[in-house]
Amino acid sequence: MSGLMGIAVLLGVFTVAPGLIWLERRLLALWQDRYGPNRVGPFGIFQVVADMVKIFSKEDWTPPFADRPVFVIAPGIVMVTVLMAYAVVPIAPGIGVVDLNIGLLFFLAMSSLGTYSVVLGGWSSNNKFALIGALRGSAQMISYEVFMGLSLLGVVAMTGSFNLREIVEAQRDLWNIVPQFVGFVLFMIAGVAETRRLPFDLPEAESEIVAGFHSEYSGMKFGMFFVGEYIGIVLISGMITTLFLGGWQGPLLPPIVWFMLKTFAFICFFILLRATLPRLRFDQLMHLGWKVLFPLALLNTMITGAILLARSPSP
Amino acid sequence: MFSILQGLWIVFLHMFRKRETVQYPDEKPVFAPRYRGRIILSRDPDGGERCVACYLCAAACPVDCISLQATEDPAGRRYPEFFRINFSRCIYCGYCEEACPTYAIQLTPDVEMSEYDRNNMVYEKKDLLISGQGKYPGYNFYRVAGMAISGKDKGEAERERPPVDVKSLIP
Repeated sequence: MSGLMGIAVLLGVFTVAPGLIWLERRLLALWQDRYGPNRVGPFGIFQVVADMVKIFSKEDWTPPFADRPVFVIAPGIVMVTVLMAYAVVPIAPGIGVVDLNIGLLFFLAMSSLGTYSVVLGGWSSNNKFALIGALRGSAQMISYEVFMGLSLLGVVAMTGSFNLREIVEAQRDLWNIVPQFVGFVLFMIAGVAETRRLPFDLPEAESEIVAGFHSEYSGMKFGMFFVGEYIGIVLISGMITTLFLGGWQGPLLPPIVWFMLKTFAFICFFILLRATLPRLRFDQLMHLGWKVLFPLALLNTMITGAILLARSPSP
Repeated sequence: MFSILQGLWIVFLHMFRKRETVQYPDEKPVFAPRYRGRIILSRDPDGGERCVACYLCAAACPVDCISLQATEDPAGRRYPEFFRINFSRCIYCGYCEEACPTYAIQLTPDVEMSEYDRNNMVYEKKDLLISGQGKYPGYNFYRVAGMAISGKDKGEAERERPPVDVKSLIP
């Protein structure tokens, strides 16, 4: 049963992620007063299929100066970690791959491991631009990882559990976005940084360092980085929904529809962020992470803890 | 922080704007009449060729894509024996049009001239010469120039006085 569910979720994610590429291009175009891809199939939806066929037929080239085994393994890591993290997302009651009692920690661990694909991919390419991208990626992710975890401590403290299903159940009366608004904003910023999306796309920064850590990648290896990024967006949106917006809960509609609607709204918001904001400078990124967001996360944790302590019945 | 939200809102409102894209093959863009596209050779109001084969266009051309050979008809009108423009080399700068003293060579708002074979980009005189007058209707070089051709002697052009009789003492 669980295996079947795993396959279903995997298939779902793999159909949503390429659709997201099309959605992003169309939405960006819409917000920039353009049309975007609208030729292949109805509304251009088969553009992704055409692109996939193209990317599969491309030469899958490994540069002779690259560190071959690491170079090959790096794009796999991003896919594996993101898909593994997807296992713990509670989509609806009874729908979900596994029900871990440390689901939240598992998600954080997996998204941290995703950093390795950036670092190893950039390092093994043996190319200065790729290395710069990888260095930026590692520095950015390490610093944003810290308060990503901290921003969730408030939610965990309020629920008293690391189990994602219990967190969703605990939001039956009030979504966490109200008492944990700061945590919500912090987690969203960290999530954008974690998926390397604009305005935090410094590891790739195509206008500065070619394509950053995946400069040397071609064919399906590049495609894996690309799809991995989009699955990452779905994952982060799903996690925001789960942790702060009451997951599958909502009136009238079936739970799975509620989960998908909320996730979709956040995906659109991620694309809106990309359409609006310019890329930060690297020192601004570090400054923002360590001097503004990190103390805010600590403060949020402290205040949440203090309130919970004051409210709890004294022993 | 506030400016970021404001920016997000402005971008969001663009959803309801009209799209700027012209869906090209289905929907043709409108070019200004002075757009610099395909080059043509025009005729004067009488239907004769305006080009007098003075070579000024070929000399002005920065990429040397114009070649021609001057010749003269029995009536004394100069015209190009052949006139060839290599459009695979042309940069559509319009210098030939500026240089032309007779408004013969003109650039038109037509850009649809792609070819699969590069040799098809070489336009000969029969491809370039049009039947009309182009952008400057009513202009006829030989009717304003003080040059004798058949049917018009010296001094008979528009706003031209008869030539001074150098053998007479009377002013």
